Amino acid sequence: MKIRLDNVVKEFETFRAVHGVSLDIESGELVALLGPSGSGKTTILRMVAGLEYADAGAIYFGDENATDIPVRERGVGFVFQHYALFPHMTVGENIAFGMKVSKVKRSPQAIAERVKELLDLVQLSGLKDRFPGQISGGQRQRVALARALAVDPRVLLLDEPFGALDANVRRDLRRWLRKIHDELGITTLFVTHDQEEALDLADRVVILNKGKIVQEGTPEAVCRNPADAFVMNFLGDANKLDADIRGGKAYVDAVAFDAEGVPDGSGQILFRPADVSWREQGQGIAAKILRVIDRPDSRRVLAMTGSGQAVEFDTAPEFPYRKGEEGFINIRRPRVYAAA
Amino acid sequence: MVHARKGKPPRVGDNIVFRRSLLGIVLVLVALMIVAPLVVIAVEAFSRGAVYFAESIADPDTRHAILLTVITALIAVPINTAFGVAAAWAITKHDFRGKRLLTVIIELPFSVSPIVAGVAYLFVYGLQGLFGPVLQSMEIKILFALPGIVLASMFVTAPFVARELIPLMQAQGRDLEEAATSLGASGWRTFFSVTLPNIKWALLYGVVLCNSRVMGEFGAVSVVSGNIRGQTNTLPLHIELLYHDYNAAGSFAAASILACLAIVTLVVKVALERQGAGRVQRPAALAGADSIIPETKP
Repeated sequence: MKIRLDNVVKEFETFRAVHGVSLDIESGELVALLGPSGSGKTTILRMVAGLEYADAGAIYFGDENATDIPVRERGVGFVFQHYALFPHMTVGENIAFGMKVSKVKRSPQAIAERVKELLDLVQLSGLKDRFPGQISGGQRQRVALARALAVDPRVLLLDEPFGALDANVRRDLRRWLRKIHDELGITTLFVTHDQEEALDLADRVVILNKGKIVQEGTPEAVCRNPADAFVMNFLGDANKLDADIRGGKAYVDAVAFDAEGVPDGSGQILFRPADVSWREQGQGIAAKILRVIDRPDSRRVLAMTGSGQAVEFDTAPEFPYRKGEEGFINIRRPRVYAAA
Repeated sequence: MVHARKGKPPRVGDNIVFRRSLLGIVLVLVALMIVAPLVVIAVEAFSRGAVYFAESIADPDTRHAILLTVITALIAVPINTAFGVAAAWAITKHDFRGKRLLTVIIELPFSVSPIVAGVAYLFVYGLQGLFGPVLQSMEIKILFALPGIVLASMFVTAPFVARELIPLMQAQGRDLEEAATSLGASGWRTFFSVTLPNIKWALLYGVVLCNSRVMGEFGAVSVVSGNIRGQTNTLPLHIELLYHDYNAAGSFAAASILACLAIVTLVVKVALERQGAGRVQRPAALAGADSIIPETKP
């Protein structure tokens, strides 16, 4: 089922508002809504689900205008960050709930069969008679997914599905969810504030800030070509140096960088810590090493440029220089943006 | 304690002399304030023998008072239960202007003396009161009759159910209801199969407390009932009346019924608390349980 958001607006007295978001999600696509807290990503998801109504704009499921269809009839599967399993029902009863309350009547045998099928799908066959309180967080989230899938939703919506789990479980579940999605081919939209999760899992990433889409594209596109300084920063560690932009060049401490298309005036160049190399002599921005931090696979160097701006970069573990030494930094793949 | 240095308590704040005297004071006060009066009720009730006790209970006026009290509870408790659930639901699952004010107002009867409530009802429904003339012309009798007694009892016990439910429902949030609705459940279905099972112990707890207070209410009811023997006398009012008639044994016999009710309430209350505390799958426990249960890989 293709989903289309057309200039959707939702105002709140506080933050997490959505200011005019348009978005197309192709049938069978797995899309991540990525943004910091308060960027409106969960609000968008809840509007697609029908848990929240848009103040303006429209949401289409295929050709049908779903904007005012109540959540009950919208046919979405929603997975909550904190699972929202019914604590007084067993795992099996939780999964069966949607089928029991459905307008489409199913025989008890049909329901039992479907529950078994779903338990197999989420690899929890032995836990049918346990209560949610008796299984682990990762297992609960898989039950929640099975429960959402039980009603044969047109769209699967997940709100920070792995937010409450610890790192290892998270990585496993992520890969597992991708597998399930590839098996079922259901249109899936999920919300996360974790860029690694979004890049790992999604076909397409939609990055939000302050209730607006700032960039959307494949993980490759957003990583290689961040639209602005916010995206660059949000996707990972980034250094920022103030620069003067004159005639298509950005100058930092008299070193010029290519800045074609960026308007003259003050600007900034951003670059990843891995894209820096250090030289004792020669060209580059003059800098002094303030501190060296050791990591299992690298050394992180904290340095200060001649004009007093901080830079952090990663080097091989064999990096021989120490605190107090002076040299020059060279930047690969710098990105130049006009000052915000 | 072998390792404890001389003169030092085993733990900070633990001092044997202080601990014992504290416990002593509490025990003496409990004996004087709570146990002694209850024992006296039992002893006095049977002071003229079991036969007299049975006769006192069987007295038509006493029987009527018991009946009236039960009827009052049968009307007031269900209404207040419905009110409490509705109020707690509205406050915890919806956002609206004046939510805080409503929360405070619901709790108001706790801080108002019951007698004030009774007098207020006189001013509203009494002959000289706000609606008095209208009610009289329509021949509706509220004061000095069952409706007045029920209304006064309801006022006094209005907060009990809501108060038990609000903190619990607040902790549970809206996720469960939203999940049920997204799965296609109707509002009623969601309430009966998702909300209610998760609040049932707290609800019962509130109902039990509400009931015991309705049956025992004296102040507000005494103002609005008119104390007509055999007609508008509830059990607590009747006990006072018997006592003023110098019928101590009769009054204690009637009082023993209320005392028994109190004990039943207490037992049910403790049982309910155990239910509430002993359950594994409470939502509150769910959120925090992640770290306790090790992840088992499929």
